[in-house]
Amino acid sequence: MIELLTTRHNPLVDPTLHVWGWQIPVYLFLGGWVAGSMVLTGYLQGRARAPGQSSVSDRLPWVGLLLISLGMGALFLDLEHKLYVWRMYLTLQPLSPMSWGGWILLLVYPVLAMGALATLADGWLDSWPALAAFARRLKSPAASRWLGRLNIIVGVALGIYTGILLSSLGARPLWASAVLGPLFLVSGLSAGAAFAHLIAPDHDEQVQLIRFDNVFLITELGLIALFLIGHLTAGAVHAQAAQLLLGGPYTAVFWVLVVGLGILLPLVIQALMVAERIPHTLIAPLLVLLGGLALRFVIVFAGQYSHWISP
Amino acid sequence: MVIDTRKCVGCMDCVIACKTENDVPDGHCRDWIGQRLQGEMPDLRLTITSERCNHCDSPPCVTCCPTGASHVQEFGRVVLIDHDKCIGCKACLAACPYGARFIHPDGYADKCTFCMHRVVRGLAPACVAVCPTHSMYFGDLDDPDSEVSRLIASRRHFALKPDAGTAPRIFYLE
Repeated sequence: MIELLTTRHNPLVDPTLHVWGWQIPVYLFLGGWVAGSMVLTGYLQGRARAPGQSSVSDRLPWVGLLLISLGMGALFLDLEHKLYVWRMYLTLQPLSPMSWGGWILLLVYPVLAMGALATLADGWLDSWPALAAFARRLKSPAASRWLGRLNIIVGVALGIYTGILLSSLGARPLWASAVLGPLFLVSGLSAGAAFAHLIAPDHDEQVQLIRFDNVFLITELGLIALFLIGHLTAGAVHAQAAQLLLGGPYTAVFWVLVVGLGILLPLVIQALMVAERIPHTLIAPLLVLLGGLALRFVIVFAGQYSHWISP
Repeated sequence: MVIDTRKCVGCMDCVIACKTENDVPDGHCRDWIGQRLQGEMPDLRLTITSERCNHCDSPPCVTCCPTGASHVQEFGRVVLIDHDKCIGCKACLAACPYGARFIHPDGYADKCTFCMHRVVRGLAPACVAVCPTHSMYFGDLDDPDSEVSRLIASRRHFALKPDAGTAPRIFYLE
Protein backbone atom coordinates (compact mmCIF):
# COMPACT_ATOMS: atom_id res chain seq x y z
CA MET A 1 0.00 0.00 0.00
CA ILE A 2 1.24 3.46 -0.87
CA GLU A 3 -0.61 6.54 0.33
CA LEU A 4 0.48 9.88 -1.08
CA LEU A 5 -0.21 13.20 0.57
CA THR A 6 0.75 16.62 -0.70
CA THR A 7 0.57 20.17 0.57
CA ARG A 8 0.23 21.47 -3.00
CA HIS A 9 -3.07 23.10 -3.92
CA ASN A 10 -2.47 24.92 -7.19
CA PRO A 11 -5.58 26.00 -9.13
CA LEU A 12 -6.29 23.93 -12.30
CA VAL A 13 -3.75 21.32 -11.19
CA ASP A 14 -5.04 19.93 -7.89
CA PRO A 15 -6.58 17.65 -6.80
CA THR A 16 -6.56 16.40 -10.40
CA LEU A 17 -5.49 18.24 -13.52
CA HIS A 18 -8.34 20.25 -15.07
CA VAL A 19 -6.54 22.91 -17.08
CA TRP A 20 -8.90 22.69 -20.06
CA GLY A 21 -12.61 23.35 -19.70
CA TRP A 22 -15.34 23.44 -22.39
CA GLN A 23 -13.35 25.60 -24.79
CA ILE A 24 -10.84 22.97 -25.93
CA PRO A 25 -13.35 20.14 -26.60
CA VAL A 26 -15.56 22.60 -28.49
CA TYR A 27 -12.57 23.81 -30.52
CA LEU A 28 -11.42 20.26 -31.26
CA PHE A 29 -14.93 19.31 -32.35
CA LEU A 30 -15.43 22.34 -34.58
CA GLY A 31 -11.92 21.95 -36.00
CA GLY A 32 -12.60 18.30 -36.80
CA TRP A 33 -15.97 19.16 -38.33
CA VAL A 34 -14.35 21.78 -40.57
CA ALA A 35 -11.60 19.30 -41.48
CA GLY A 36 -14.19 16.73 -42.53
CA SER A 37 -16.13 19.35 -44.49
CA MET A 38 -12.97 20.41 -46.33
CA VAL A 39 -12.10 16.85 -47.34
CA LEU A 40 -15.64 16.26 -48.59
CA THR A 41 -15.65 19.61 -50.38
CA GLY A 42 -12.42 18.64 -52.10
CA TYR A 43 -13.85 15.30 -53.16
CA LEU A 44 -17.19 16.70 -54.37
CA GLN A 45 -15.56 19.56 -56.28
CA GLY A 46 -13.38 17.12 -58.12
CA ARG A 47 -16.37 15.30 -59.60
CA ALA A 48 -18.00 16.12 -62.91
CA ARG A 49 -21.17 18.10 -62.45
CA ALA A 50 -24.04 18.64 -64.90
CA PRO A 51 -24.58 22.31 -65.89
CA GLY A 52 -26.75 24.02 -63.31
CA GLN A 53 -26.55 21.08 -60.90
CA SER A 54 -26.18 22.34 -57.35
CA SER A 55 -23.88 20.69 -54.85
CA VAL A 56 -23.48 20.95 -51.12
CA SER A 57 -19.81 21.68 -51.79
CA ASP A 58 -20.92 25.20 -52.76
CA ARG A 59 -22.23 25.74 -49.24
CA LEU A 60 -19.61 23.99 -47.16
CA PRO A 61 -16.82 26.62 -47.47
CA TRP A 62 -19.16 29.24 -46.03
CA VAL A 63 -20.18 26.96 -43.18
CA GLY A 64 -16.51 26.11 -42.65
CA LEU A 65 -15.55 29.77 -42.33
CA LEU A 66 -18.22 30.25 -39.67
CA LEU A 67 -17.33 27.08 -37.75
CA ILE A 68 -13.56 27.59 -37.75
CA SER A 69 -14.08 31.16 -36.56
CA LEU A 70 -16.26 29.92 -33.70
CA GLY A 71 -13.66 27.26 -32.90
CA MET A 72 -10.80 29.72 -32.88
CA GLY A 73 -12.92 32.00 -30.72
CA ALA A 74 -13.27 29.17 -28.19
CA LEU A 75 -9.53 28.52 -28.41
CA PHE A 76 -8.80 32.19 -27.78
CA LEU A 77 -11.11 32.20 -24.75
CA ASP A 78 -9.08 29.34 -23.30
CA LEU A 79 -5.78 31.21 -23.44
CA GLU A 80 -4.67 32.69 -20.12
CA HIS A 81 -2.22 35.19 -21.63
CA LYS A 82 -4.45 36.35 -24.47
CA LEU A 83 -2.62 39.50 -25.54
CA TYR A 84 0.48 37.45 -26.31
CA VAL A 85 -1.24 35.11 -28.79
CA TRP A 86 0.70 36.69 -31.69
CA ARG A 87 3.79 35.00 -30.29
CA MET A 88 2.50 31.79 -31.91
CA TYR A 89 3.27 33.27 -35.31
CA LEU A 90 6.82 34.41 -34.67
CA THR A 91 8.09 30.84 -34.57
CA LEU A 92 7.50 27.30 -35.75
CA GLN A 93 8.35 24.80 -33.05
CA PRO A 94 8.94 21.53 -34.95
CA LEU A 95 8.26 19.29 -31.94
CA SER A 96 5.09 21.07 -30.83
CA PRO A 97 1.85 19.91 -32.52
CA MET A 98 0.18 23.02 -31.12
CA SER A 99 2.65 25.17 -33.06
CA TRP A 100 1.95 23.18 -36.23
CA GLY A 101 -1.76 23.55 -35.54
CA GLY A 102 -1.49 27.31 -35.29
CA TRP A 103 0.07 27.46 -38.74
CA ILE A 104 -2.39 24.92 -40.20
CA LEU A 105 -5.24 27.13 -38.97
CA LEU A 106 -3.68 30.01 -40.88
CA LEU A 107 -3.82 27.88 -44.05
CA VAL A 108 -7.43 26.87 -43.43
CA TYR A 109 -8.77 30.40 -43.78
CA PRO A 110 -7.46 31.24 -47.25
CA VAL A 111 -8.41 27.81 -48.60
CA LEU A 112 -11.95 28.15 -47.27
CA ALA A 113 -12.14 31.76 -48.41
CA MET A 114 -11.07 30.81 -51.96
CA GLY A 115 -13.64 28.02 -51.96
CA ALA A 116 -16.31 30.48 -50.82
CA LEU A 117 -15.29 33.05 -53.44
CA ALA A 118 -15.56 30.42 -56.16
CA THR A 119 -19.20 29.81 -55.24
CA LEU A 120 -20.30 33.42 -55.64
CA ALA A 121 -22.51 34.11 -58.65
CA ASP A 122 -21.25 36.55 -61.26
CA GLY A 123 -22.25 40.08 -60.36
CA TRP A 124 -21.77 39.77 -56.61
CA LEU A 125 -18.29 41.19 -56.77
CA ASP A 126 -18.82 43.86 -59.40
CA SER A 127 -17.79 46.56 -56.93
CA TRP A 128 -14.38 44.89 -56.50
CA PRO A 129 -13.06 44.16 -60.02
CA ALA A 130 -9.80 42.59 -58.85
CA LEU A 131 -11.62 40.22 -56.51
CA ALA A 132 -14.18 39.43 -59.23
CA ALA A 133 -11.39 38.54 -61.64
CA PHE A 134 -9.76 36.31 -59.02
CA ALA A 135 -13.08 34.59 -58.31
CA ARG A 136 -13.59 33.97 -62.06
CA ARG A 137 -10.18 32.38 -62.24
CA LEU A 138 -11.04 30.16 -59.24
CA LYS A 139 -14.09 28.89 -61.11
CA SER A 140 -12.05 27.47 -63.98
CA PRO A 141 -11.96 23.63 -64.01
CA ALA A 142 -8.20 23.54 -63.45
CA ALA A 143 -8.33 25.94 -60.47
CA SER A 144 -11.30 24.07 -59.08
CA ARG A 145 -9.36 20.80 -59.19
CA TRP A 146 -6.38 22.37 -57.44
CA LEU A 147 -8.60 23.98 -54.84
CA GLY A 148 -10.22 20.61 -54.25
CA ARG A 149 -6.84 18.96 -53.68
CA LEU A 150 -5.80 21.79 -51.38
CA ASN A 151 -9.01 21.32 -49.38
CA ILE A 152 -8.26 17.63 -48.93
CA ILE A 153 -4.63 18.16 -47.88
CA VAL A 154 -5.34 20.98 -45.42
CA GLY A 155 -8.47 19.20 -44.15
CA VAL A 156 -6.58 15.99 -43.38
CA ALA A 157 -3.79 17.96 -41.68
CA LEU A 158 -6.31 19.86 -39.56
CA GLY A 159 -8.24 16.74 -38.61
CA ILE A 160 -5.23 14.66 -37.64
CA TYR A 161 -3.55 17.50 -35.78
CA THR A 162 -6.52 17.88 -33.42
CA GLY A 163 -5.84 14.33 -32.21
CA ILE A 164 -2.05 14.48 -32.24
CA LEU A 165 -2.25 17.66 -30.17
CA LEU A 166 -3.46 15.53 -27.27
CA SER A 167 -1.49 12.36 -27.96
CA SER A 168 1.80 14.26 -27.81
CA LEU A 169 1.19 15.09 -24.13
CA GLY A 170 2.55 11.81 -22.80
CA ALA A 171 2.03 12.71 -19.14
CA ARG A 172 -1.66 11.89 -19.68
CA PRO A 173 -1.70 8.13 -20.38
CA LEU A 174 -5.18 8.11 -21.94
CA TRP A 175 -4.00 10.52 -24.63
CA ALA A 176 -0.77 8.63 -25.32
CA SER A 177 -2.13 6.76 -28.33
CA ALA A 178 -1.28 7.08 -32.00
CA VAL A 179 -4.90 6.15 -32.75
CA LEU A 180 -6.16 9.49 -31.45
CA GLY A 181 -5.13 11.39 -34.61
CA PRO A 182 -6.95 9.07 -37.06
CA LEU A 183 -9.88 8.75 -34.63
CA PHE A 184 -10.42 12.51 -34.48
CA LEU A 185 -9.96 12.77 -38.25
CA VAL A 186 -12.57 10.10 -38.95
CA SER A 187 -14.91 11.57 -36.35
CA GLY A 188 -14.48 14.93 -38.10
CA LEU A 189 -15.19 13.32 -41.48
CA SER A 190 -18.30 11.77 -39.99
CA ALA A 191 -19.49 15.11 -38.58
CA GLY A 192 -18.72 16.77 -41.92
CA ALA A 193 -20.63 14.13 -43.90
CA ALA A 194 -23.57 14.19 -41.46
CA PHE A 195 -23.94 17.95 -41.71
CA ALA A 196 -23.38 17.87 -45.47
CA HIS A 197 -26.20 15.42 -46.08
CA LEU A 198 -28.38 17.46 -43.75
CA ILE A 199 -28.07 20.52 -46.00
CA ALA A 200 -27.40 18.83 -49.36
CA PRO A 201 -29.67 20.26 -52.09
CA ASP A 202 -29.33 17.26 -54.42
CA HIS A 203 -30.96 13.93 -53.53
CA ASP A 204 -28.36 11.69 -55.16
CA GLU A 205 -25.56 13.57 -53.45
CA GLN A 206 -27.43 13.32 -50.18
CA VAL A 207 -27.68 9.53 -50.45
CA GLN A 208 -23.99 9.29 -51.33
CA LEU A 209 -23.05 11.41 -48.31
CA ILE A 210 -25.16 9.21 -46.03
CA ARG A 211 -23.31 6.18 -47.39
CA PHE A 212 -19.99 7.96 -46.74
CA ASP A 213 -21.07 8.78 -43.20
CA ASN A 214 -21.98 5.17 -42.53
CA VAL A 215 -18.50 4.11 -43.62
CA PHE A 216 -16.96 6.80 -41.39
CA LEU A 217 -19.08 5.71 -38.42
CA ILE A 218 -18.09 2.05 -38.82
CA THR A 219 -14.43 3.10 -39.16
CA GLU A 220 -14.78 5.22 -36.03
CA LEU A 221 -16.09 2.19 -34.13
CA GLY A 222 -13.07 0.21 -35.27
CA LEU A 223 -10.68 2.97 -34.23
CA ILE A 224 -12.33 3.24 -30.80
CA ALA A 225 -11.85 -0.51 -30.39
CA LEU A 226 -8.17 -0.17 -31.39
CA PHE A 227 -7.76 2.77 -29.02
CA LEU A 228 -9.06 0.73 -26.08
CA ILE A 229 -7.22 -2.47 -27.04
CA GLY A 230 -3.99 -0.50 -27.44
CA HIS A 231 -4.31 0.88 -23.92
CA LEU A 232 -5.37 -2.42 -22.35
CA THR A 233 -2.34 -4.20 -23.77
CA ALA A 234 0.23 -1.46 -23.10
CA GLY A 235 0.98 -1.91 -19.42
CA ALA A 236 -0.54 -0.97 -16.09
CA VAL A 237 -0.51 2.82 -16.57
CA HIS A 238 -2.40 2.65 -19.85
CA ALA A 239 -4.73 -0.10 -18.68
CA GLN A 240 -5.66 2.06 -15.70
CA ALA A 241 -6.30 4.98 -18.05
CA ALA A 242 -8.56 2.83 -20.23
CA GLN A 243 -10.49 1.84 -17.12
CA LEU A 244 -11.76 5.42 -16.97
CA LEU A 245 -13.93 4.43 -19.96
CA LEU A 246 -14.44 0.80 -18.92
CA GLY A 247 -16.03 1.02 -15.51
CA GLY A 248 -14.58 4.32 -14.31
CA PRO A 249 -16.26 7.71 -14.01
CA TYR A 250 -16.46 8.39 -17.76
CA THR A 251 -17.94 5.03 -18.73
CA ALA A 252 -21.62 5.98 -18.93
CA VAL A 253 -21.16 9.16 -20.92
CA PHE A 254 -18.70 7.45 -23.28
CA TRP A 255 -20.77 4.38 -24.08
CA VAL A 256 -24.18 6.06 -24.04
CA LEU A 257 -23.47 9.43 -25.66
CA VAL A 258 -20.45 8.69 -27.87
CA VAL A 259 -20.93 5.07 -28.93
CA GLY A 260 -24.68 4.48 -28.45
CA LEU A 261 -26.36 7.73 -29.42
CA GLY A 262 -23.47 9.18 -31.42
CA ILE A 263 -22.49 6.21 -33.58
CA LEU A 264 -24.70 3.09 -33.35
CA LEU A 265 -28.15 4.71 -33.41
CA PRO A 266 -27.42 7.11 -36.29
CA LEU A 267 -25.73 4.24 -38.14
CA VAL A 268 -28.93 2.19 -37.93
CA ILE A 269 -31.11 5.18 -38.89
CA GLN A 270 -28.87 6.09 -41.82
CA ALA A 271 -28.72 2.49 -43.02
CA LEU A 272 -32.53 2.51 -43.11
CA MET A 273 -32.44 5.85 -44.94
CA VAL A 274 -30.10 4.46 -47.60
CA ALA A 275 -32.35 1.41 -47.99
CA GLU A 276 -35.27 3.86 -48.37
CA ARG A 277 -37.12 2.19 -45.51
CA ILE A 278 -37.55 5.57 -43.82
CA PRO A 279 -37.45 9.11 -45.19
CA HIS A 280 -34.50 11.41 -44.65
CA THR A 281 -34.51 12.75 -41.12
CA LEU A 282 -32.41 15.32 -39.36
CA ILE A 283 -32.26 13.20 -36.20
CA ALA A 284 -29.41 11.00 -37.45
CA PRO A 285 -27.02 13.81 -38.47
CA LEU A 286 -27.79 15.73 -35.30
CA LEU A 287 -26.97 12.61 -33.26
CA VAL A 288 -23.69 12.22 -35.17
CA LEU A 289 -22.76 15.82 -34.36
CA LEU A 290 -23.72 15.32 -30.72
CA GLY A 291 -21.61 12.16 -30.59
CA GLY A 292 -18.61 13.95 -32.09
CA LEU A 293 -18.87 16.71 -29.52
CA ALA A 294 -19.28 14.19 -26.70
CA LEU A 295 -16.21 12.26 -27.93
CA ARG A 296 -14.04 15.39 -27.60
CA PHE A 297 -15.44 16.19 -24.15
CA VAL A 298 -14.91 12.66 -22.86
CA ILE A 299 -11.39 12.29 -24.26
CA VAL A 300 -10.27 15.75 -23.06
CA PHE A 301 -11.74 15.42 -19.57
CA ALA A 302 -10.89 11.76 -18.98
CA GLY A 303 -7.39 12.35 -20.37
CA GLN A 304 -6.74 15.14 -17.90
CA TYR A 305 -7.94 12.87 -15.13
CA SER A 306 -5.52 10.10 -16.15
CA HIS A 307 -2.00 10.19 -14.71
CA TRP A 308 1.10 8.15 -14.06
CA ILE A 309 0.46 5.81 -11.19
CA SER A 310 4.03 5.49 -9.91
CA PRO A 311 4.76 7.70 -6.87
CA MET B 1 19.45 18.81 -6.77
CA VAL B 2 19.70 16.08 -4.17
CA ILE B 3 17.44 15.83 -1.13
CA ASP B 4 18.14 13.59 1.83
CA THR B 5 14.80 12.12 2.94
CA ARG B 6 16.40 10.95 6.20
CA LYS B 7 17.07 14.56 7.16
CA CYS B 8 13.91 16.20 5.82
CA VAL B 9 11.29 16.71 8.53
CA GLY B 10 8.65 18.35 6.35
CA CYS B 11 8.81 21.69 8.16
CA MET B 12 7.91 23.56 4.94
CA ASP B 13 10.62 26.17 5.42
CA CYS B 14 11.58 25.53 1.79
CA VAL B 15 8.02 26.30 0.68
CA ILE B 16 7.88 29.55 2.64
CA ALA B 17 11.35 30.59 1.50
CA CYS B 18 10.40 30.03 -2.13
CA LYS B 19 7.19 32.02 -1.79
CA THR B 20 9.06 34.88 -0.18
CA GLU B 21 12.07 34.86 -2.48
CA ASN B 22 10.07 34.55 -5.69
CA ASP B 23 6.97 36.50 -4.70
CA VAL B 24 4.80 33.48 -5.47
CA PRO B 25 1.15 34.63 -5.48
CA ASP B 26 -1.27 33.59 -2.75
CA GLY B 27 -2.93 30.24 -3.35
CA HIS B 28 -0.06 28.99 -5.52
CA CYS B 29 3.23 27.26 -4.81
CA ARG B 30 6.36 26.45 -6.77
CA ASP B 31 7.44 23.80 -4.28
CA TRP B 32 5.54 21.67 -1.82
CA ILE B 33 5.89 18.82 0.62
CA GLY B 34 4.87 15.30 -0.30
CA GLN B 35 4.46 12.40 2.06
CA ARG B 36 4.43 8.78 0.96
CA LEU B 37 3.28 6.18 3.41
CA GLN B 38 4.31 2.69 2.35
CA GLY B 39 3.75 -0.79 3.73
CA GLU B 40 1.03 -2.50 5.78
CA MET B 41 0.17 -1.98 9.42
CA PRO B 42 2.16 -2.19 11.61
CA ASP B 43 5.14 -2.15 9.24
CA LEU B 44 4.79 1.35 7.85
CA ARG B 45 7.39 3.69 6.45
CA LEU B 46 6.87 7.42 5.99
CA THR B 47 9.04 9.28 3.47
CA ILE B 48 8.88 13.05 3.27
CA THR B 49 9.80 14.65 -0.04
CA SER B 50 10.32 18.32 -0.79
CA GLU B 51 9.06 18.52 -4.38
CA ARG B 52 9.23 21.00 -7.25
CA CYS B 53 9.93 21.08 -10.98
CA ASN B 54 12.39 18.27 -11.71
CA HIS B 55 14.16 20.23 -14.48
CA CYS B 56 14.04 17.04 -16.51
CA ASP B 57 16.65 16.09 -19.05
CA SER B 58 13.84 15.16 -21.41
CA PRO B 59 11.26 17.82 -20.56
CA PRO B 60 7.87 17.29 -22.25
CA CYS B 61 6.84 20.80 -21.18
CA VAL B 62 9.52 22.22 -23.48
CA THR B 63 8.78 20.14 -26.56
CA CYS B 64 5.03 20.83 -26.45
CA CYS B 65 5.39 24.61 -26.06
CA PRO B 66 4.10 26.30 -29.25
CA THR B 67 6.05 29.54 -28.80
CA GLY B 68 9.37 28.42 -27.35
CA ALA B 69 8.53 30.17 -24.07
CA SER B 70 9.42 26.98 -22.21
CA HIS B 71 13.06 26.34 -22.84
CA VAL B 72 16.18 24.70 -21.46
CA GLN B 73 18.75 27.25 -20.40
CA GLU B 74 22.24 26.39 -21.52
CA PHE B 75 23.72 27.21 -18.12
CA GLY B 76 22.91 24.27 -15.89
CA ARG B 77 20.33 22.85 -18.33
CA VAL B 78 17.63 24.39 -16.16
CA VAL B 79 14.08 24.48 -17.55
CA LEU B 80 12.78 28.04 -17.58
CA ILE B 81 9.80 29.98 -18.93
CA ASP B 82 10.01 33.27 -20.82
CA HIS B 83 6.88 35.02 -19.53
CA ASP B 84 6.74 37.41 -22.48
CA LYS B 85 6.52 34.51 -24.92
CA CYS B 86 3.97 32.45 -22.99
CA ILE B 87 0.41 32.59 -24.37
CA GLY B 88 -1.10 30.65 -21.46
CA CYS B 89 -2.24 27.68 -23.57
CA LYS B 90 -1.59 25.33 -20.62
CA ALA B 91 -0.17 22.54 -22.81
CA CYS B 92 2.91 22.48 -20.56
CA LEU B 93 0.72 21.99 -17.48
CA ALA B 94 -0.91 19.01 -19.16
CA ALA B 95 2.45 17.65 -20.35
CA CYS B 96 4.13 17.68 -16.93
CA PRO B 97 3.62 14.39 -15.07
CA TYR B 98 4.60 16.07 -11.79
CA GLY B 99 2.03 18.87 -11.78
CA ALA B 100 4.93 21.24 -11.18
CA ARG B 101 3.52 24.14 -13.19
CA PHE B 102 0.66 26.50 -12.57
CA ILE B 103 -0.85 29.55 -14.21
CA HIS B 104 0.30 32.76 -12.57
CA PRO B 105 -2.58 35.19 -11.93
CA ASP B 106 -0.96 37.43 -14.59
CA GLY B 107 -1.69 34.71 -17.17
CA TYR B 108 1.62 33.00 -17.89
CA ALA B 109 2.82 29.55 -16.86
CA ASP B 110 5.05 29.60 -13.80
CA LYS B 111 7.18 27.16 -11.83
CA CYS B 112 10.45 26.64 -9.96
CA THR B 113 13.49 28.23 -11.59
CA PHE B 114 16.02 26.73 -9.17
CA CYS B 115 16.30 30.43 -8.12
CA MET B 116 18.54 31.11 -11.12
CA HIS B 117 18.76 34.77 -10.13
CA ARG B 118 20.52 33.62 -6.96
CA VAL B 119 22.56 30.83 -8.56
CA VAL B 120 24.19 33.17 -11.09
CA ARG B 121 25.38 35.24 -8.11
CA GLY B 122 26.93 32.17 -6.53
CA LEU B 123 24.12 31.63 -4.02
CA ALA B 124 22.13 28.48 -3.41
CA PRO B 125 18.40 28.38 -4.25
CA ALA B 126 16.30 29.86 -1.44
CA CYS B 127 14.84 26.48 -0.44
CA VAL B 128 18.32 24.99 -0.10
CA ALA B 129 19.68 27.99 1.80
CA VAL B 130 17.00 27.96 4.50
CA CYS B 131 16.65 24.23 5.11
CA PRO B 132 17.16 23.90 8.90
CA THR B 133 18.26 20.25 8.70
CA HIS B 134 20.54 20.80 5.68
CA SER B 135 18.68 18.07 3.83
CA MET B 136 19.01 19.72 0.42
CA TYR B 137 22.06 19.86 -1.81
CA PHE B 138 22.47 21.85 -5.00
CA GLY B 139 25.26 21.54 -7.52
CA ASP B 140 26.52 20.35 -10.86
CA LEU B 141 25.45 16.79 -11.66
CA ASP B 142 27.73 16.84 -14.71
CA ASP B 143 30.75 17.26 -12.45
CA PRO B 144 31.60 13.84 -10.97
CA ASP B 145 33.48 15.50 -8.11
CA SER B 146 30.60 17.73 -7.01
CA GLU B 147 28.87 17.01 -3.70
CA VAL B 148 25.59 16.12 -5.43
CA SER B 149 27.33 13.68 -7.77
CA ARG B 150 29.18 12.02 -4.92
CA LEU B 151 25.99 11.70 -2.88
CA ILE B 152 24.02 9.94 -5.59
CA ALA B 153 27.04 7.79 -6.38
CA SER B 154 27.35 6.62 -2.79
CA ARG B 155 23.78 6.52 -1.46
CA ARG B 156 20.65 4.65 -2.51
CA HIS B 157 18.34 7.12 -4.15
CA PHE B 158 15.21 7.45 -6.21
CA ALA B 159 13.57 9.96 -8.53
CA LEU B 160 9.87 10.72 -8.92
CA LYS B 161 7.89 8.92 -11.62
CA PRO B 162 10.95 7.60 -13.46
CA ASP B 163 8.70 5.54 -15.75
CA ALA B 164 7.20 8.75 -17.18
CA GLY B 165 10.37 8.91 -19.25
CA THR B 166 11.27 12.51 -18.51
CA ALA B 167 14.67 11.82 -16.89
CA PRO B 168 14.05 13.95 -13.77
CA ARG B 169 17.10 15.63 -12.21
CA ILE B 170 16.06 15.82 -8.58
CA PHE B 171 17.20 12.80 -6.63
CA TYR B 172 16.00 11.71 -3.20
CA LEU B 173 18.41 9.88 -0.92
CA GLU B 174 16.82 6.96 0.92
